[in-house]
Amino acid sequence: MAYQPLDFYNIEELLNEEEILIRDTTRKFVDKEVMPIIAEEWEAATFPKSLIQKMAELGILGPFVPAKYGGSEASYTTYGLICQELERGDSGVRSFASVQGSLVMYPIWKFGSEEQKMEYLPKLASGKLIGCFGLTEPDAGSDPRSMITRAHKDGNHWILNGAKMWITNGSMADIAVVWAKDDEGRIRGFVVHKEDKGFSAPEQKHKVSLRASVTSELVFEDVRIPADRELPNTSDLKSPLMCLTSARYGIAWGAVGVLQAVLDEAIRYSQERIMFGKPIASFQLTQQKLAELATDLSNSQLAALRVGRLADEGKMKHYHVSMIKRHNVNAALLGARKVRGMLGANGITLEYQAIRHMCNMESVQTYEGTFEIHTLILGEHLTGISAFSNT
Amino acid sequence: MKIIVLLKRVPDTEAKILINQEGTGIREDGVKFVINPHDEYGIEEGLKLREKLADGSKVTVVCAGPEEATEAIRTALAMGADDAVHVCDPKLADPNPFTVSEVLAKAIQAEGFDVIFCGKQAIDDDLAQVQSILAEKLDIPQVNNATAFEMAADCRSAKLSRRIEGGDEKIETSMPAIISCDKGLNEPRYASLPGIMKAKKKEIRKKSLADLGIAEVPGTGRSRVLKWLPLPKGGECRIVAAEETVDAVRELARLLREEAKVI
Ligand SMILES: Cc1cc2nc3c(=O)[nH]c(=O)nc-3n(C[C@H](O)[C@H](O)[C@H](O)COP(=O)(O)OP(=O)(O)OC[C@H]3O[C@@H](n4cnc5c(N)ncnc54)[C@H](O)[C@@H]3O)c2cc1C
Ligand SMILES: Cc1cc2nc3c(=O)[nH]c(=O)nc-3n(C[C@H](O)[C@H](O)[C@H](O)COP(=O)(O)OP(=O)(O)OC[C@H]3O[C@@H](n4cnc5c(N)ncnc54)[C@H](O)[C@@H]3O)c2cc1C
Repeated sequence: MAYQPLDFYNIEELLNEEEILIRDTTRKFVDKEVMPIIAEEWEAATFPKSLIQKMAELGILGPFVPAKYGGSEASYTTYGLICQELERGDSGVRSFASVQGSLVMYPIWKFGSEEQKMEYLPKLASGKLIGCFGLTEPDAGSDPRSMITRAHKDGNHWILNGAKMWITNGSMADIAVVWAKDDEGRIRGFVVHKEDKGFSAPEQKHKVSLRASVTSELVFEDVRIPADRELPNTSDLKSPLMCLTSARYGIAWGAVGVLQAVLDEAIRYSQERIMFGKPIASFQLTQQKLAELATDLSNSQLAALRVGRLADEGKMKHYHVSMIKRHNVNAALLGARKVRGMLGANGITLEYQAIRHMCNMESVQTYEGTFEIHTLILGEHLTGISAFSNT
Repeated sequence: MKIIVLLKRVPDTEAKILINQEGTGIREDGVKFVINPHDEYGIEEGLKLREKLADGSKVTVVCAGPEEATEAIRTALAMGADDAVHVCDPKLADPNPFTVSEVLAKAIQAEGFDVIFCGKQAIDDDLAQVQSILAEKLDIPQVNNATAFEMAADCRSAKLSRRIEGGDEKIETSMPAIISCDKGLNEPRYASLPGIMKAKKKEIRKKSLADLGIAEVPGTGRSRVLKWLPLPKGGECRIVAAEETVDAVRELARLLREEAKVI
């Protein structure tokens, strides 16, 4: 039986034809290309690179970028639906697309020069170049302003020194969008090429989460790059945060995909699994879990769609995104754990999806602003008082 | 070259089908509709042929179906078809294969054609009749269930294979012809996002029966669906239980002999 996600509120009716078509085509892609291989890749801790070219052909890498740069000028709602479907496959696949689209193509598109846009964007959209985004450092996570990676201007060059950590796609990337402080302490964005002398990207191993995704350190030892590799139109920390807002928005939709996947699995399993002479679906405790999952899914979905519409009308604010990232990812993490339990011992194996999604969501809960940091962003919005800013 | 591909909108293979209360059809609420999967092979073959010819040939989708079929047509356009004809008329509610073939024949004649591809059958009613009736009406050869297709260089004939019990049948046909397509012929492409964006601007020509010069719905009275019935429910299941398994087996044997009278 194929995948049939619950659409409790008939959200289908709120989508237009284009949105439905691209969602369906991505769903089909995930069914055919991701589902058959993902458990194995996850277990082996490898990213299925064969998917990159296929995703590029589908046109889902950086879909919001203008056509002249190789994008499709798709709406933000469409982008969200793509993330939903990809993450239903695996967070690692969605993470790849988020990084390539929101964290690499987006900053080049928004802060790059025309030459940079023409040089990089079409190749990124077509999967000929793979990108990564380096903001986090070993000692600068939730507080990126405390970064120590430095960029020193030397005539027509910049010289980068420092290290980034936890960088998705790092070791397999051809280019890295890297954020570093100049001599005055202003944060600037740079495009580093993997061949640049002094640059290396060793992979971080032994992850128990997001295993079907490459995570790496980026090391800069006197990396000398031409001045025209700086993104000219950035404005300090605000620029990387804008990228994160775009990526977090997609992540909130991705969490909807996870909830859809695990609820679908839970309903099927509980109807078929007989214990005490009855399907476990007939027990009140099971029904309560299913009811809670369906409610969390439907609420997450509606909220994501509303924020998508706000984005398409140009009215989306970073705190809107904080609310759905925080709520939806947390709901997906707890939901996947719940379903893991409902599957009994079967639930601890990769034959089923729940434990894979559950482990993945631990990363998703942490990256792109931890659950706590989004709580504080909402707190700041509601009170006007920042509980985390050190100024 | 004018390449025609036929398309029917059908319920998703995975959809849960329920008969409506009146027994006149299925309940459509909550059912996902898609391009008939076999038709996707036809669309793909049409697109491959166009790409191979690369001479300005066009692929035109022809569909007879309700208003809602536009979504399926749009998907075919997003896969790469150039344009579409959509015959949509209230008089076409609940048509039979003869009716559909007559309507499609008129629409295809109006378009002109050099080759026609379609699926080997529609997965909803499994009738597999339209291609044959259509071949008769257009007076062209038909090859059904094709698993390989190769157009001759002069485009006046084609070589095909069909899978038959225990082997392949090799066929050559003159053109124009109608080819019904089977799994194995090709791997239908995905509708890509750029394809979907482009499809929004492609033309779907809506036609009524009057537009095609059809005054009366053809083929009515030839055959008619009387009623749709759900499958009969399976019989009651009785579980024979006892403290000791041997007693249960003994009881089961007694029931089979005395009540069911099967042993
Ligand atoms: C798999 C994976 C992929 C990643 N990919 C990328 C990438 O591609 N690019 C990139 O730049 N980064 C990436 N990251 C890094 C990610 O963004 C950081 O891990 C995240 O920002 C948290 O930083 P940290 O790990 O240093 O935790 P810390 O900031 O040290 O936080 C530790 C804990 O303290 C809490 N905390 C921190 N400050 C406060 C406060 N003021 N009040 C209350 N609680 C607080 C946090 O919520 C958290 O629970 C990735 C991380 C993972 C796990
Ligand atoms: C790593 C591992 C090691 C193990 N080692 C051993 C071992 O050494 N020896 C051994 O004998 N067994 C062992 N087990 C088996 C373990 O005890 C069973 O997995 C456990 O009893 C649950 O049974 P189940 O997996 O069949 O789940 P099920 O019984 O099918 O339960 C599925 C879900 O339904 C729920 N459920 C079931 N009945 C009801 C009800 N009436 N009302 C509400 N909810 C209900 C359960 O709580 C669960 O969430 C092991 C399991 C694991 C995972």
